[in-house]
Amino acid sequence: MSKVAVIGVGQSAFVRSYPGSIRELAFEAYREAMKDSGLRPNQIDASVICSAPEYDKQRTPSGLMAEYLGLNPQPTFYVESVCSSSSSGLRAAYGLIGSGLHDVVLVLGFQKMSEISSAESQERMGRGADIQWEAPFGTMMPAYYAMYARGHFEKYGTTEEDLGLIRLKSSTYGVINDKAVFRKSLTLDKIMEPKYIASPLKMMDCCANADGASCVILASAKKAKDLVARPVQVIGLGMATAPINMAGRDTFSGLRCAQIAGKRAYEMAGIKPSDVDVAEVHDCFTIAEMMAYEDLGFAEPGQGKELIRNKETYKEGKIPVNVDGGLLSKGHPIGATGGSQIRTIVLQLRGQAGEMQVPNAKIGLVHNIGGVGIYGNVSIFGVE
Amino acid sequence: MGFEQFGIISFTGTTKTEQFVEFLKANELKGTVCKECGAKYFPPRSDCSACLSDQMDWFPIAGEGTLISFTKAMFAPAGFEKDVPYMLGVADFADGVKVFGRIDRSLPDDVVKPGMKVKVRAVDLGSDRLSYELTKA
Repeated sequence: MSKVAVIGVGQSAFVRSYPGSIRELAFEAYREAMKDSGLRPNQIDASVICSAPEYDKQRTPSGLMAEYLGLNPQPTFYVESVCSSSSSGLRAAYGLIGSGLHDVVLVLGFQKMSEISSAESQERMGRGADIQWEAPFGTMMPAYYAMYARGHFEKYGTTEEDLGLIRLKSSTYGVINDKAVFRKSLTLDKIMEPKYIASPLKMMDCCANADGASCVILASAKKAKDLVARPVQVIGLGMATAPINMAGRDTFSGLRCAQIAGKRAYEMAGIKPSDVDVAEVHDCFTIAEMMAYEDLGFAEPGQGKELIRNKETYKEGKIPVNVDGGLLSKGHPIGATGGSQIRTIVLQLRGQAGEMQVPNAKIGLVHNIGGVGIYGNVSIFGVE
Repeated sequence: MGFEQFGIISFTGTTKTEQFVEFLKANELKGTVCKECGAKYFPPRSDCSACLSDQMDWFPIAGEGTLISFTKAMFAPAGFEKDVPYMLGVADFADGVKVFGRIDRSLPDDVVKPGMKVKVRAVDLGSDRLSYELTKA
């Protein structure tokens, strides 16, 4: 019996440069989630605010957000695990509700990345790895994931074109997602243009920075039934960590934190990978989605390439993955990403995903990674 | 002068492991080994997470390692732009010790591949700055 359910979801459009301040950006997601749930602000017992702080000029954003969203005097605090911050926020909210401390908790994720240049942004992301021992070499996220791509190619014979097929799938759905930053249709030729960022990863293997916000409202399963017609149950939560520096890693063809988090989430939910009807995985780079297929057990290690070659992760396939365009098309506003993934899965399980709808989806999974596999969050949702 | 001399840009000024830089000046790359339980660490640590000891010795990263993976970065974060392109890699050495760092930029592209035998060496970056890199063994 699940203890906690999602009763409202919202997301701002993800855009290159949001024409407003962080509080206004956050309000867009909040307004949508509140309208979705039908709740009034005085029904929110506490809030968890999630972002990656190095982008925020505002010190201690939680206080600002609680005030602007109209949630004073209820408790609020900040949760951070870089790119998986709002999934960690979900985990914190689950604890607050499951423990009986609160009945209704709101998780708000946001990031306004456009306030700094792309190079500065890369520098900050590089500092999301070990600053004492690795950042002095000039590290950045694409270079780290590129080493995993090379490791995967070497071990399993995966190719650059296999990764290109993942981007091609992403663009198929990005085109129909009106909240995505990248909505252009792509061809494999265009994707395979040799514009290397960090070999073997090319321009189109990388997601774009974006500004965005997401909001998820959770309630105890008991209370949820009284508040909304169609609560979506949180049935499994798994989180795991791995060494922040590359020298401490024991594999370069998969993310250990995702493998362990997935196992924990499946155990809690009492399901197998084959029970999942629709999944959102953290495709900050194409290789990240390839590894997710294997780390989550949708394919055996090394067989992820067969899934994408056979289009099994398209909407019509065996296990639809990122049929909202994923991070590659939606964009990746760090703190907002997990909540956006959760929103997609909740809409899918309610049958409200429109053109992206996977027929009869009952169990959905969110895989949200922080840093290059420092934090792995896997969350599983279900409806009757 | 201490640890701020390590790397192209150092983000860390003070660490109990700053002797690392002195070893680089002598063309030695060293990790730490716990005097109590023998756990080996690279990059070096001043505290043992296996047995909680703070009694550490230094040991050299010597001999041949094997390149596990690498990338050639065509873009760089702020402060490193003039270096591109540059290669980063990670290699396996004896006793399960792994080393991450830059790869010798004089190596031709077709030589650098996973499985390549490598060794480490200190690099004088000029202006009193030091680093290390992986090069062909």
